[in-house]
Amino acid sequence: MSLLGIVNYWVFVALMMLGFYALIARGHLVKKLVGLSVFQASVFLFYISLGKVDGGEPAILVDDPTTIYSNPLPHVLILTAIVVGVATLAVGLALAVRIREAYGTMEEDEITEMDRTA
Amino acid sequence: MNLVLDIALLALMGIVAIAIIRLRDLVAVTMLASIYSLLAATMFVILDAADVAFTEAAVGAGISTVLMLAALNLTGFTEKAPLRSAFVPVLIVIATGLVLGYGMMDLPRYGDPSAPIHLHVAPKYLQDTGPEIGIPNVVTAVLASYRGYDTLGETTVIFTAGLGVTLLLSGRRRRRATPESSS
Repeated sequence: MSLLGIVNYWVFVALMMLGFYALIARGHLVKKLVGLSVFQASVFLFYISLGKVDGGEPAILVDDPTTIYSNPLPHVLILTAIVVGVATLAVGLALAVRIREAYGTMEEDEITEMDRTA
Repeated sequence: MNLVLDIALLALMGIVAIAIIRLRDLVAVTMLASIYSLLAATMFVILDAADVAFTEAAVGAGISTVLMLAALNLTGFTEKAPLRSAFVPVLIVIATGLVLGYGMMDLPRYGDPSAPIHLHVAPKYLQDTGPEIGIPNVVTAVLASYRGYDTLGETTVIFTAGLGVTLLLSGRRRRRATPESSS
């Protein structure tokens, strides 16, 4: 696995940037939120991969004292982040539904246009 | 074996992410987002994060998908073709990616056991969890016992989000019942 070295991190950055692109380039509000989710999942992967130890086991204690464990602290942080991520997603979707009610569209361009002419 | 899985999963995730950007059928996009989460969960298993994998599969692939489908059901299922040119966003994304990639050059190599992150704090939790907390799962011990107040804070965040969603959507039925007042 060490052969991968730093390339793994770069792949995570590439995935993150794909999500970032969906977030800033596409106009539909739900599409933006999906992009945000992709972005988030990639950040989580990056963070967890920092805690990986070569030949490590999940941090569940066993009797064998020679066992190497991966670092459990990133796992704890990301558990919290995943749950908070879905909470923000829910609020974002609720806002999108309200925007659709008020403007009759989910496209960012049309909403900006309506705001400008109003 | 792990190397092959690692490459295959990352390649699949890349393909799924590109498909998410290109497709305009939002039900398909939602399903692909769910698949992306599931692939991420599999990746977490390879990275030794079993608890995170469970949560990602349940929350990321499960609850998120349900929420998105519910929202789409209220708002419509297709996205219009983009009008703007994608040139500026592509430029921003590439620039950000290059900066982040450059910043990562100094990171310890993947899986390096002597990385600073593995030398402080974490060994203490791994040593003390057995005698102090008495349960084998260190992640659970840190989450629910050592950092229990943080988890309480997290539930406050969830509560606030739930409250926000309820307040945002609670007016819906009333407004629909009296459409002339809203127009």
